Amino acid sequence: MGEAIVRFIIGGMFVSVFAILGDLLKPKSFAGLFGAAPSVALATLLLTVHRQGASYAAIEARSMIEGAIAFCAYAYCVCCVLMHYKRPAWIVAGLFISVWLATAIGLRIVWLG
Amino acid sequence: MKITIDLSGLRRTRSRDYSMRFVFGGLITVATGIIAQRYGPATGGLFLAFPAIFPAAVTLVEKDEREKKRLAHKQGTIRGREAAALDAAGAAIGSIGLIGFAVVAWLLLADYNPIVVLCGATGMWLAISRLGWTIRRAL
Repeated sequence: MGEAIVRFIIGGMFVSVFAILGDLLKPKSFAGLFGAAPSVALATLLLTVHRQGASYAAIEARSMIEGAIAFCAYAYCVCCVLMHYKRPAWIVAGLFISVWLATAIGLRIVWLG
Repeated sequence: MKITIDLSGLRRTRSRDYSMRFVFGGLITVATGIIAQRYGPATGGLFLAFPAIFPAAVTLVEKDEREKKRLAHKQGTIRGREAAALDAAGAAIGSIGLIGFAVVAWLLLADYNPIVVLCGATGMWLAISRLGWTIRRAL
């Protein structure tokens, strides 16, 4: 339970710092980059290095490559749908999480061979 | 175009929105730890690039733009969704930087000082993202 609380606080802090940076920067198109900031990754990898060691964290980082490719596909799909169909952003961004999941898991399976 | 710091951006964002991002970020970090414990680091690692706060951020951008138009007595629904789409395009570019982050961390984490490696990986994310943003603007 104690570890979960530490994870929650550190994860929340990293995400908040990158969110504040995104809010501070102009133009808006540049601030959009911070929607894909490595906030959760930094928090998790720091905690993993501390608890399980750097080699274990490196395995997580390798899998993160697939997650990041899936993020790219997800954000591109959200962008196209919002641009062409003008649906509410929260519905599109929420529904398309399934695209991230499918791409990430698909890549994991392919990577494993 | 020059990248600048605009402090008024902080005033536009309500404390409730920051709290929401903090909670989402905290929850996904906890969830990543649980998944890694249960299914191993290879599966848990996928969630290091989970779009945790992106849906909240893109919704906020849409709402802000709509509000701006409403204050000018204009209908801002379409403008809001276009701004959200632009934000999503930015995130797509940022996610290419995220691949660079992951590659640096994967290749160097086991052999070098983790703090230095993670700082370098973040620098790689920023450099690739900035380059992608510059190329996109040039096109």
